[in-house]
Amino acid sequence: MSPDDRKYTKEHEWIKVEDAQAARAVMGITDYAQDQLGDVVYFDLPKPGDPVQSQHKMGEVESVKAVSDLFSPVSGRVIEINTDLLDHPELVNEDPFEKGWILRVTMTDASEIDGLLSGEDYESFISGL
Amino acid sequence: MLLETALHSAHLATGARMVPFGGWDMPVQYSGILAEVKAVRTAAGLFDVSHMGRLYLSGAQSAEFLDWVLTGSASGLRVGRARYCMICNESGGVIDDTIFYRLAEDRFLLIPNAGNREEVVAWFQRWIDQKFAGGCDLDDQTASTGLIAVQGPDSAQILDGLCQMTNGEPISAQRPFSWAEGQLQGLDIFAGRTGYTGEDGFELVVKAADAAAVWNILLDGGVTPCGLGARDVLRLEAALPLHGHEIDQNTTPIEAGLERFVRTDGEYIGADVLTDQRQHGTQRKLVGLTLLGRSAPRAGYTISVDGRETGRITSGSYSPTLDTSIAMGYVLVRHANAGQRVDIDIRGRTAQARIVPLPFYSRPGRSQQN
Repeated sequence: MSPDDRKYTKEHEWIKVEDAQAARAVMGITDYAQDQLGDVVYFDLPKPGDPVQSQHKMGEVESVKAVSDLFSPVSGRVIEINTDLLDHPELVNEDPFEKGWILRVTMTDASEIDGLLSGEDYESFISGL
Repeated sequence: MLLETALHSAHLATGARMVPFGGWDMPVQYSGILAEVKAVRTAAGLFDVSHMGRLYLSGAQSAEFLDWVLTGSASGLRVGRARYCMICNESGGVIDDTIFYRLAEDRFLLIPNAGNREEVVAWFQRWIDQKFAGGCDLDDQTASTGLIAVQGPDSAQILDGLCQMTNGEPISAQRPFSWAEGQLQGLDIFAGRTGYTGEDGFELVVKAADAAAVWNILLDGGVTPCGLGARDVLRLEAALPLHGHEIDQNTTPIEAGLERFVRTDGEYIGADVLTDQRQHGTQRKLVGLTLLGRSAPRAGYTISVDGRETGRITSGSYSPTLDTSIAMGYVLVRHANAGQRVDIDIRGRTAQARIVPLPFYSRPGRSQQN
C-alpha cells in the first residue's frame, strides 16, 4: 500500500529522493491521509524559492469538511510545486503517491531522511491508529 | 455511549465512515462528499436521518399546545400538510427548529433535531403539565421508527415505481410540505414531501424493523447513499440553518432571517421579544458570504470591516455546486447589506468576501424556500 521507494512521517507525508547528488526530493501526503481528509478541494502551499524546515508547517490542505496542516519532512528549499493540484486538487485523492505529488525541494541535510519511517514502519504505525 | 439507528449495520456493510453526531454514531460519508452532493443535485440521494426525533402529539388540546410552543401556527395548518418553524424560549432564543405534520384534527408528528430531542421533550412536557394537563399527550416514537430521506430531482419518479399510496394517487402527486401514507413494496411508509437539501424529495417514516429493508430497496432502485457531510454542504448551499450553528438558544429567528416562519399574531412563547425585534430591528443579522477560491471559512472565524470585528462565521464550506467558497455568519446590521465587502480571518490569512443574498443555491424552477 505504501511504496517502499520512499520514506514517511507520522504526520502522513511521504518524501522520495529523486536525485541523491542534487539532494532533490519530491513529497506529498499518503493514501491514508487523503482517505482521512476526504475530497480535497484546496492547497495553500509555499512558493518556489521558499525555505521549508523539517517538522515545521509548510502549508495547508483543505477538504470539504476539514483542514489539515502540511509539515515538511526535511529542511531545504522549494524548487517546484505541483501546479496541476491548483486546478485539480482531486489528483491527491486519486493518486496520492504519483500524480498527486505536492512539491519538490532541494534538501539542506539529506541525512534527515534517514530518521523517517520506512513504508513497512509507516503501515504498522497507521494500523495502530 | 453513542446511540445507533436501525440502519447502523447497513451503514457499516456499505462501507460508510462513521462519526459521532448529536449523540448518535452516524455515517459522515460513503463514496465521498463531492460525489454525494452531485448525486442529490442531479439525480437522487439516500440519507439515514433516523437520529432525528419522531414526537407524536395527540389530544383535544394538541393544536392549542403547539400554538403555544411553536412560532408557526398549528391550529391554522390543514390536516395533510406540514410546516417548518421554531421552538423558542421566553427570550425568543431557538431551542430547536422543526418540521411538523398535521396527521388529524387532534394529532401531530413533530421532528426535532437529534441533539435537541431530549430537551424538546422535557420542554414540551413541562408546558403540557403546566398549561395543558390532560389535553395533550406526548409520545416519543424515535426508537421504534426510522426516518429515511430520499432527496433530489429523480426522487419522485423513483418512488413512484416503488410505492402504492393509500389515497390511490402516485407519490409524485403529493404537494411540497404535505404527507401521505402508503406502502413501499409492501412495507408501511409515512411520506412527507419535505427535506433539508434544497432539492425536491421525501422523508419516510418507517417501522424500525422495516428500515433496513426500505433502505436496501432504495439502494437497489439506484438512489446514492449519502452521509451527514454531504447533507451539511447541501443545506448550506440552500441556506437552511443548522441548530448549533446559525441558530441556538442565544439567537432569535428574527436575527437569523427566519421571520417568515414566525407568526405575527397570537400568543406563544417568545412572542414579546420576537414582535419587538420585528418592529425595532436587531443588532446583528445572519448573512450569506461568498469568497473567491476554494478555501472555506469555518465556524467561529472572525468577520471584520475596515479592520474592526463585525461578527463571526457560523458555517462555511467549499460549494461544489457553485464551485466557490460559501459561508453564513452574523454581522452588525449596518454591514448586513448585499454587496458589502468584508474580511474573514482564515487561520491568520485575510480573505476578502462579499455579502450576497440567500440562498446561495435554489433549485431550477423554485422561487423561494419552502
